[in-house]
Amino acid sequence: MINRRSTLKSMALGAVSTLAIAAVGIASAQAENKELKIGFVGVTSGPAAAWGTSNVRSMQTRAAWLNETGGVKIGNDTYNINIVTFDDQKDPKRAIAGMEKMAQEGIHYVVGPNVDDGAAAVRPVAEANGIIYFPYAFPKALYQKPASNAVLGMIANYQSGPAIYKYLKENKGVKKIAFVAANESDPLSQRDSGVEAAKALGLEVVAQNDTYQNDTRDFTPVLTPIVALKPDLLVLSGVAPANAPLLIRAARELGYEGLISTETAQDAKVLEEGAGEYANGFISVGGASTPEIASDEMKEFVTRYTKMFGEYNDESNTKVYALEYILDTLKANPAAINDVAEFKKTMDSFSAPNPFLKGDAKLSYVGATSFGQKRQLSVPMVVNEYKDGAFQTLFVGSVD
Amino acid sequence: MEQVIANGLYLGAQYALIALGLTLIFALMNVLNFAHGQMYVLGGFITYTVYGQLGLPFVVALLASGVTLAVIGALMEKFLFRTVIRRSHREESTMLLAAATAFFFDAVILLLFGEKQRGVPKIVKGVFNDVGIIMPYDRIVVGALAIVFIAAFVLYMQYSRVGRAMRALAQDRVAAQLMGVRVDRYSMIGFAMGAMLAGVVGGLLVTITGVNSGIGGPISIKAFLMVMIGGAGVVGGAIAGGFILGMMESVGLTVLREYGDVTYLVIFAALMVFLSIRPNGLMGKPWG
Repeated sequence: MINRRSTLKSMALGAVSTLAIAAVGIASAQAENKELKIGFVGVTSGPAAAWGTSNVRSMQTRAAWLNETGGVKIGNDTYNINIVTFDDQKDPKRAIAGMEKMAQEGIHYVVGPNVDDGAAAVRPVAEANGIIYFPYAFPKALYQKPASNAVLGMIANYQSGPAIYKYLKENKGVKKIAFVAANESDPLSQRDSGVEAAKALGLEVVAQNDTYQNDTRDFTPVLTPIVALKPDLLVLSGVAPANAPLLIRAARELGYEGLISTETAQDAKVLEEGAGEYANGFISVGGASTPEIASDEMKEFVTRYTKMFGEYNDESNTKVYALEYILDTLKANPAAINDVAEFKKTMDSFSAPNPFLKGDAKLSYVGATSFGQKRQLSVPMVVNEYKDGAFQTLFVGSVD
Repeated sequence: MEQVIANGLYLGAQYALIALGLTLIFALMNVLNFAHGQMYVLGGFITYTVYGQLGLPFVVALLASGVTLAVIGALMEKFLFRTVIRRSHREESTMLLAAATAFFFDAVILLLFGEKQRGVPKIVKGVFNDVGIIMPYDRIVVGALAIVFIAAFVLYMQYSRVGRAMRALAQDRVAAQLMGVRVDRYSMIGFAMGAMLAGVVGGLLVTITGVNSGIGGPISIKAFLMVMIGGAGVVGGAIAGGFILGMMESVGLTVLREYGDVTYLVIFAALMVFLSIRPNGLMGKPWG
């Protein structure tokens, strides 16, 4: 006899069966692809969260895109990309713990850390466990022999700085230059190499010892004595995106009329909100999304990133590259998937189309001039000028 | 030199206002609120959303920051700190709870508002440039508002019924209770006021320095510094501590600039010497 209770029971059983069949179907479809874990160890919390967050979100966006379109074919297998993340909180001790976690998970390719001391701290762990890592940190010792497992993920300031100062000297008549940096290892080392490059170009360095605590909120006292020196160019060495608009605004409000630049990547929205029209003319180093050079694939990446996380971060213009390099190198030599020695062999001759730039741009490993071996991603050195809420390309350089 | 003094006074007013809420909560409950900086950040983000994103008047945004934080503070006191104080015999328990709430707020703020630095349009445009002093008008307005808020707070604590009750609590909790002061009620009001002050300062300063999700910890540390200089739990001490720190920072960054970043080194060293001579700060009272 059919009653209400048995009808409900039948419907519930039917629903459960349908769900189970669907789940098995989905699982079997996913099971067709193998899983390739790529690690991220970097800072995604605290004052420098913007650096690592733009990193990891770039990886997650690209991985989701690749997985959605069927995965990545490496050799005879197709892989879904799984990004394994670890927040090192900008603490070298935690960075080591993060790299150890990656080793325990059998991961051989890790993006990060984001800062000098973290990148130096993880080196022994990476080398002992066969991990190639892609820091966003500049100490040359990480990339010069005998080191061989670190690959610089961006343009170093000692590569972009001289090019920027030379351009500004020749095109904007810069003669006097002042440096200001946060009292931390990355900005200080960037300042020192910037001072060296400026002196080599014959510029007069009028300030080079001025520093600030990275958590400074009001930069007027820091900049008051520097502005009084009337430099033609004020360099914000290694400035964090959170501090750049505050420094620019304080300098302009104090009456500074010269140029302001940095060698780190910045975000246009942050500059617009924090400094408004004071940020016009601010020069920084970007990547591949200015309209002049971005490919359709780069534009789609920006759209997907925005859809996934609500808002794009212009720092990702540079950080979009690391995962692409890892995957394309593995495609070029599938034996490298579990053997970083094979990866290193491939790096010397590797070349693939750059999907993020218009034209015939190539992905390749560089760094022979700076490090004596190819331990750097060839990322376009796009020097931008901020203007009314967006970056405009000032000039594009490259590193060999 | 005029500029250095002006910078120091402005910083001092800003710092004093930041420290007030912290010292109020400490005075009433003997709780070092490690989440004070995070409350400041939350206040900043509320003003950013209401004023910067929704386009409502700045005063409305400031009110929203103050009221939201007051409610959060009251709830924290009622459901977290009151319970822990009642059940635990160890003073560290409240410190651990405060630290936990700080981490909690950090995570929530990062999730809700993201990792980017945020800023809002200036409330007043233009720059004052005369008698050797350069000072943007918005800083002058914020500095003046900070002084007004400080004065209003002091007067409220001095002459209102609630203020008198809270001062009685701060002086002797048991005696106040025996005199009929409703300890739970005024503790909650005090905590709410402390949190509200943090929120209002965050909202006020987002117009000058912006806000980002990672600055809560450093703001708390600076507030502790001011409270230690002035004396924990004393309103006048927090104000004095704020102005002293602001002036030391401004003078140090000018006079010591050629030696690199030694200003805070000197400040910390001076603080260590000072605390070894006056462990309760300028105006503090011994606890325990």
